[in-house]
This record gives sequence, structure tokens and C-alpha cells, in this order.
Amino acid sequence: MLLIHCPYCEDTLPELEFTYAGEAHIARPADPSAFSDEEWRDFLFIRTNARGPHYERWRHIGCGRFFNALRDTVSDRFLMTYKAGEARPTLTQEAAE
Amino acid sequence: MSRYRIPGKGRVDHSAPVSFTFDGKTYGGLRGDTVASALLAHGVHLMGRSFKYHRPRGAVTAGSEEPNALIGTSRGAGQFEPNTRATVQELRAGLVTESQNKWPNLSFDVGAVNDRAYMLFSAGFYYKTFMWPKSFWDKVYEPVIRGAAGLGKSPTEPDPDRYASRYLHTDVLIVGAGPAGIAAALAAAQSGADVTLVDENPEMGGSLLSDPAVQIDGKPAWDWVDAQLARLRAAGVRLMTRTTAIGYYHQNMVGLCQRLTDHLDNPPKGAPRERMWRVRAGQVVLAQGALEKPLVFDGNDRPGVMLAGAAQTYLHKYGVKVGDNPAIVTSHDSAWYAAFDLADNGARVAAIIDTRDVVRPDLLDGARKRGIEALTSHTVTTTRGRLRVKSVRVAPVRGTHVGTGRSIPCDCLLMSGGWTPSLHLFSHTKGSLAWDTTSQTFLPDRKTEECEIAGAGRGLWGYESVLADGAAAGLRALQGLGRAGHDASFTVANDRPGTGVSHTELPTDGNAGKARAFIDFQNDVTAKDIRLAVREGMRSIEHVKRYTTNGMATDQGKMSNINGLMIAADALGKAPPQVGLTTFRPPYTPTSFGAFCGYLRGDTFQLTRKTPIDPWAEANGAVFEPVAQWRRAWYFPKPGEDMHAAVLRECKATRASLGIFDASTLGKIEVAGPDAVEFMNRMYTNPWTKLQPGRCRYGLLLGEDGFIRDDGVIGRLSSDLFHVTTTTGGAARVLTMMEDYLQTEWPELDVWLTSTTEQWATVALNGPNALKMLKPLVEGVDWEDFPHMSCAECTVAGLPARLFRLSFTGEIGFEVNVPARHGLTLWTALMEAGKPYDICPYGTETMHVLRAEKGYIIVGQDTDGTVTPADAGLEWAIGKAKKDFVGKRSLSRPDIVAKGRKQLVGLLTEDGSLLQEGAQIVLDPNQPKPMKMVGHVTSSYQSTMGHPIAMAVIEGGFDKMGETVFVPMPDGVRKARITSTVFYDPSNERLKA
Repeated sequence: MLLIHCPYCEDTLPELEFTYAGEAHIARPADPSAFSDEEWRDFLFIRTNARGPHYERWRHIGCGRFFNALRDTVSDRFLMTYKAGEARPTLTQEAAE
Repeated sequence: MSRYRIPGKGRVDHSAPVSFTFDGKTYGGLRGDTVASALLAHGVHLMGRSFKYHRPRGAVTAGSEEPNALIGTSRGAGQFEPNTRATVQELRAGLVTESQNKWPNLSFDVGAVNDRAYMLFSAGFYYKTFMWPKSFWDKVYEPVIRGAAGLGKSPTEPDPDRYASRYLHTDVLIVGAGPAGIAAALAAAQSGADVTLVDENPEMGGSLLSDPAVQIDGKPAWDWVDAQLARLRAAGVRLMTRTTAIGYYHQNMVGLCQRLTDHLDNPPKGAPRERMWRVRAGQVVLAQGALEKPLVFDGNDRPGVMLAGAAQTYLHKYGVKVGDNPAIVTSHDSAWYAAFDLADNGARVAAIIDTRDVVRPDLLDGARKRGIEALTSHTVTTTRGRLRVKSVRVAPVRGTHVGTGRSIPCDCLLMSGGWTPSLHLFSHTKGSLAWDTTSQTFLPDRKTEECEIAGAGRGLWGYESVLADGAAAGLRALQGLGRAGHDASFTVANDRPGTGVSHTELPTDGNAGKARAFIDFQNDVTAKDIRLAVREGMRSIEHVKRYTTNGMATDQGKMSNINGLMIAADALGKAPPQVGLTTFRPPYTPTSFGAFCGYLRGDTFQLTRKTPIDPWAEANGAVFEPVAQWRRAWYFPKPGEDMHAAVLRECKATRASLGIFDASTLGKIEVAGPDAVEFMNRMYTNPWTKLQPGRCRYGLLLGEDGFIRDDGVIGRLSSDLFHVTTTTGGAARVLTMMEDYLQTEWPELDVWLTSTTEQWATVALNGPNALKMLKPLVEGVDWEDFPHMSCAECTVAGLPARLFRLSFTGEIGFEVNVPARHGLTLWTALMEAGKPYDICPYGTETMHVLRAEKGYIIVGQDTDGTVTPADAGLEWAIGKAKKDFVGKRSLSRPDIVAKGRKQLVGLLTEDGSLLQEGAQIVLDPNQPKPMKMVGHVTSSYQSTMGHPIAMAVIEGGFDKMGETVFVPMPDGVRKARITSTVFYDPSNERLKA
């Protein structure tokens, strides 16, 4: 069982307290009606499906907050977590290793 | 005294006899025996039949890696366990055991005919033998295969035992309490760290228990072990025996299965049988040791053929000679010591056959001194003996040439193909392995977790080096925790260092194609099978494994993986590391389902939510059904009524006068704040801006993909406060979805969301007399301005309430919400006030029927995640003027506006029969199979109208009104007419009072 750091609680807690919530940094467009069918399809369904570091959303059931995480999908290792709304951090070499 | 027991020898208690039965015969053993050691003490080697060929088999090991000696053990009703390893099961008084895979008995087994027909059962036989004819698949092959396959008998009764679970946090967890593990624990325990040492055996000490002549720091091995364990205990180290580390998971979580009572004569009543520990360790030291490899030669599976190390263990731990006249075949030094120990304890060793040209002079001397014939550069070509090995045929090898053989009589044959580090747990962590060309084995390489590997587990041999390595690993673990400690060193006398070489099949002068040289004993995989798999095109070791089933038995390849790999690599002409090893997966040894379940079974499998009115329902004979995690009153049968009669009565009473229903499980969310209305506009399809406080509206919630997610009536209590109701099962999901949008898409909105499902008890009143009955109980409502779809904060029966006027039945209806603690009071008051109207409590089934008669959908029953508002006939619930809401853009996607979508319609059967929910619908019942299915029945009930009603989703259903469709069922095809979903009071006359 993984231990996950909640950036709001500032505590590292067991996986059981968290749920996955899909890929991160896919903002809902301000005006969906301006999107073409293809653009809207991509927004709805097309995901990175990364092999390796993946930006994704998690929710801490305990505090109820959604936050973002960078997790390696091969090793299942959390490289970092950060609050929703914060800019996508760039992956440093140390974190990747 | 048993024939093969050496008086006074071993760690068993010679003054404590224990009797048990095996296949109905009673045997005497000693306290401390395993079933295997006790049987061997009586000279019983034949302990089972193999899985596929039903060949006679005996114990080949003395530990948890045993592939052959699998027995059924029984402790009482429901307490039968198949596939228990006889080498692990400790004796206890009255233990009942039986052999497996035999009929009529172990010595004469009809199934052994498979052995003669072995050509039929070669690698991949499933894919070849059972290919044709096709008509045989389900009639002949499947029943035959199912009957013959399977290892052991499944227990048929529920398991009456208790199983426990615990968490443990420890600084250092050490797996394996042999010399390396003990040394590591001593090092790690130095500076107050919390240390846990676990071992799967009943006693700690590992290989030292089988090597009593070794001396450490001047002490005999066993005394040294006792002294160190005492030191560890004094230092506060947690020592856990009979505890198997079954899996090594992320971030140093290790699963331990501790066996608590299976070894006890009289387990304390109610004591758990096993306990699963979930351990989170700062550092892990793996000191699991190494497993001895069998050699691969014709007849290497005969009872009496066993690993040399196992024979040594039976001798020293259990005081049992596995034979009077053993022969030894080896490619490793360690087996020489086993031969010496047996000779020194009275066995007449027939010969030591070593495949190597050069053997250490001191070993040759040791053999000469004991008068043992030592044959170097020799091979074993076959063995003889029906139920027990009687002789071994040996032959000299010069280069690739096998010389003239001769037969050597023996009553057991002890083999050693060298030792494989036990890398299972390390592999669970996805730690990488590196091939070591010198020792011809894989060793741990790159680590992914905070762990150390020590001793024979990383290829070391000889006690002095293993002890030093264990101590160093323990110290490194301590340093990894940021603590300091001292180095330790040990002096070892009578050490038994050793090296060896690795083989594929042993060279033979016989026909290699006919050799029955086993690799995986439990799954009956031979060397020939591996080569055949490679010839037939398997290249990856994972394919070879699945094609041959090598390593797929309950021992998970502990004996077979490396031999299988060496032979596959040889057949492929590649180096072993290029072929690779199959993946080890948890659990390390077979683990009972009970241990995994722990407390999560029966009543404690999951929680049951009960409403405040549940006690009344229970006292009044309700039949309950589970809905989400709630238990809900399903119907209230009167004496003599079945479900159908009760539901029909409840429905009619409600339509005729007044029904009362516990709707407390409805999901409730309070949406509050200055931006509440804007938030509601964005979330729900409906327009909310113009909804006045004191009014409510049916709300429809879509996913961003445009499909219906949830619905419910939503009341606006004030300009900035909405009381949202959701489906019973959808409450948590809807709140999560709302929170998601609020937190991450629209954090600028000033809105608060609160789950209030359990804060309110909700009672629904429905029927033509609902208003009449309720009015006198209510204060604070202006009835002149309280039409259908109104809401108010008021008092009902003197209780603070949120009152909703709405209907899920088509009758005049109310939902009264009071704080949960008043729920039962309210219910009782309403029941009393309803007496003059013959108030009728009804359950969820009646609720379903009444709503279906009106065509009100249930999200999740009439919709399935692919239904749009238009598909469900709910386009009226969409705020067309709204620029945006969740899911709006998707409603104009090409697939969503395309023709031929499944649409929700009503169905009436021609013959008045009841359709089955989930039944598939076709347009032409005479079309060839497979028929085109155009939809399915979503809801179907007996109704109050004298005939059943149904709802269904059907392709292009709205354009097919009045048309006939067909519902093929096992007992015939039903004809049904497509209708509107509203069966009852289509003009809503009854809602207007």
C-alpha cells in the first residue's frame, strides 16, 4: 500500500485515504461551445496515458481536497504532490530517479 | 521406537509422543515433528501421487518449498485444508491427514495410466489433444478435464475459524532468522531501534539447526543460537516464528502471515487461526537464505529421491535417517557434508556421485576415512524402484561421452544441484537481478526499496561469511535510519564452505526423448517438455512457462525456475540472462483466503447503514433489501401475504387513500453561499435563476460527456440556499463531482457544499388524502401558496422540518424532513394521524411500481451511463437558454445527435406476462442467430392496472410507438407493444388537489 502526501494536510497517509481522479492539468474550457467536435472529443477522451512520470489528480478523502501529483506509472512511485491550481512543476532529474 | 529414528537425536522431544493418522493408518511421532519427518521415521517415503501422471512421490525437501508431499489435513467440520505441505505441517495430537491424487489408494492408483500415456500429455497438451472435434469441447473434454484437474479437494463447508489482522510499524524488519538474519538483528538492535525478526519455521536458527557441529565464537551452533535469541529478546527485539513474509509491497510494506493455532493440540476457544500483519518498516533486511536445486535426470522423482540438504535437516532437526543405505548425487560440495553426517550416524552410504572432475581433497579424504565410495566425473542416468527407489544407475563421463554404466543399490538417493538464492521477496519490489556467471545464478542487483539482502540470499556460502554479511546488513539498515552502531565479527570453527557447478539435464547414455527427468515435480513438467516448447516456437521464458506450466504450481517455481531457465536457454542457444527469469509474485507460499479476509467477512464484511425509522420497520415485519450500503424496508407483508400480494396491497392503498414511506436514504446536499445559484446553473441542466425561494424543481445532472449521472428534486429555501436531493446510491458520487468542479474549475465561486444525507430523516406521504392528513400537523406554511413543487421550513407535528410538496408516485405527495434524531417520532406521529385514512406503510418495491406507472426513471436502472436526456425523454429538463452547464457541449456531438440511439419507451406484453428486467429485445424473432439486439428491458413490474408494465431502451424507440417487438426468453418468445412510458394518469390530474 502506497503512502501519499496530502499537500493540504501536510501529512503522508495510507493510500486507503485517497482516490484517483484522472489526469491533471486538463482545464475545462471557459467556452465549450467554441470548441469544434474534434477538440471537444479530445478534451473529453484523449489522455496522455504516460509510461513513466504522469501528472494526475488525486483526492484526499480525509480533508476532501483535490490535489495534483506526479507519479511514475511504471514504478507506481509518487515523485511529488502539489496543490490544485499550482503550475505544473517541471520534473527534476533527482525526482525522476 | 520408529525404525529410522535415532534415539535422543534432534530437536524433537523424545519423551513426548504424538499420534496422528495418514490415509487412515495411525502413526506415532514426536512433539516437534512435521508430518513428513514423522512418516520418514517410519520409513514411509510414499506420500502422494503427482498431479498429471499420478506418479508415486515422496517428500523431496524439508521445508516450505516442498512440491511433492502435499496432503489434506483435517481439524474438524469445515476445517479441511487441501495441499498442506507435509514438510511444514507440525504434528499435533489427533491430526488427521490424507494423501492426494490417488484412487483407489496410494499404492495402487488407476490414474497412473496417465503415466504410460505420457506422450499424450506433453507440453501444451491442452492446446493439442483437446483441439477437435469441436463438438467434444463442452460435452467431453471440459467435464473430463475438470474432473481430473485440480490439486486436492476443495473444502465445501464454510470456514468456521477466525482470522485476525494487525498493522505494525517497525524500524527494521528482518525476514529469515538463520545465521544472517540473527546477525543482522543483533546489529540492528544495538541503538534502541525497534527491530522485528520473523521466520516461517517453528524455531529460529535456519540452517544452523541442521548443522549442529558448527561452532561460533567457541559455542556449538545450537547453544549459540539460543544465546543470541536470548540477547535479542532482552534487547526488546520482536521475534515472530511460524510467520511467513508473503509479499513485499511499495514503500517497505511487507505482508506477514502468522500461523497461530494449527500446531496446537487444543487451541484456545475463539483464538484466531492465523493473523495477517501489514508491516511498514523503515528498513528491511532480507535474509531468506537459498533453496537447493534438484538435479535433472531420468527417475529423479521417485520416492526416496530427495535433496541432500533435506536429508541433513531430517537427520539433525528431527533425528530421522531418511534411509539406511543412501546414495548421493551432487554437483555441489554441500551434499558431501550430508553424506558424512549420515555415515557418522550409522547409515551405510552407497556412494557419492559427483558430476565434477575435481573435488576438494578434504572432501575426498572425508569420504575415504568413512569408507564411502566417491565417484567423480560421474552421472546418474536413471533410477529403479516402483514405490521407492531401489537402485541408481551411474556412469562415468569423459567430455561429452558417457561411459558404461552400473547399478548401485540404495534405499534413497540424495541430490544436490547447488543452491539458488531466494529472491522472491526482492523480486516483488521489482528489484533487478544480475546473472552471476561464477555461481551460475541470479543475484540481487538494483534495489527499489530501503532494503538490504544478506547471506546465502545473495549467493554467499559458509557460515563465517554469512554471519559477517548479516551483521553488515543490519548495521547498514541501522545507518539508513540515521542511527549508529558497531561492526561485529564472528569466528567459526567446523565451517562448511562450498562451491558447485550448474547443469541442465545430467548427461545420459539413454534415450533423452524418453527420459522422465522432472523439473517441476508438482506440475509434472520434464526437461523434454521445456525443449519441446522451445522447438514449437516459444521464445520468451514467460511463454515457455505458460505452455509447459513450469513453475505454475503452488511452490511457484521455487525448485523448478532455475532448472527450467537453464534448459530453455540451452535449447535457445542463449545465455540464461538473455532468456530471463519469470516474474515472482506474492504470496511467497500458499496463503489461506481466511488470512487475507481477516475480519472482513460475514456481518463485518461491510457496514450496514440504517435509517432512524429502521427499528419501526423491523418491529413491524418489514422485509429488507440492501440498497447501496443501506438496508431499506422492501415491503411489509401481512400474515399470509407473499411479496406480490403485499406490494399490490401497498400500491392500491396508496393510490386509494394514503401511503407512508421512509425516504431517509435519499442523498441530500446543501448548496449554500452567494454564488449558490450560479453554481447550480453550471452543474445541473435546468435553469435555477428564476426559481423562487419556496419552490422546487426536478434537477438533472450530466457528466461532461452528456450522459445522465443523477437526478433529484431540488428545493430553493432562500436565494442563497439549495436543498439538493440525489439518488440513494449517488449521494457520495454527486458530492464528489460537485466538489471537484468547485475546487478545481470554479474556485472563484463563493459556495459551500455540505453532505446532509444523515442529518435528515425523510418521510414521504403519498395519496389523495395526503394533504388532508398533513395539514393539521403543520405550522408555518401558507397553504394558499404551496402548490405542487413547493418547499418550506416549518414545523410538522411540532418538529422543526423542511417540507417538500412533490410526487414520485403520481399522487399528491409530500416529503417531510426532520432532524434525524426526530425521525422515529415523526414517523409515529404520522402513523397515528393517518389512522383515519387507513395509512399504509410501503417499501421500496411499491415505490418502484408507483414511479414506474408514471414513467419516472430511476437513474442507474433505466439509465446505464450511455443515456442522454433526449434518450430518456427528459429534454424538457434542459435550460435551453443557458450558455453552458456540465455536459451541454456534448449534447451536440455527432454521436449524440445521430439517429438510431436507444431511447426509453414503455412496453406492454401481448399475453399479459411479466417481462424480465435485463431481457434483450429483437425486431424479428425468426432472423438467423446471432440476432440483432436492439435494446433491453430496464424496468418491469406487476402494476395496479391489472397488467404488468415495463420500460425498455430500444434503438429509435420514439419513432416506433405502437410497433411490436420481441423478447426471446428461455421458455418462448414474448411479443410486446411499444408505448409511452407514462402508464398512469398521463395528464397529471391526480397531482392537482
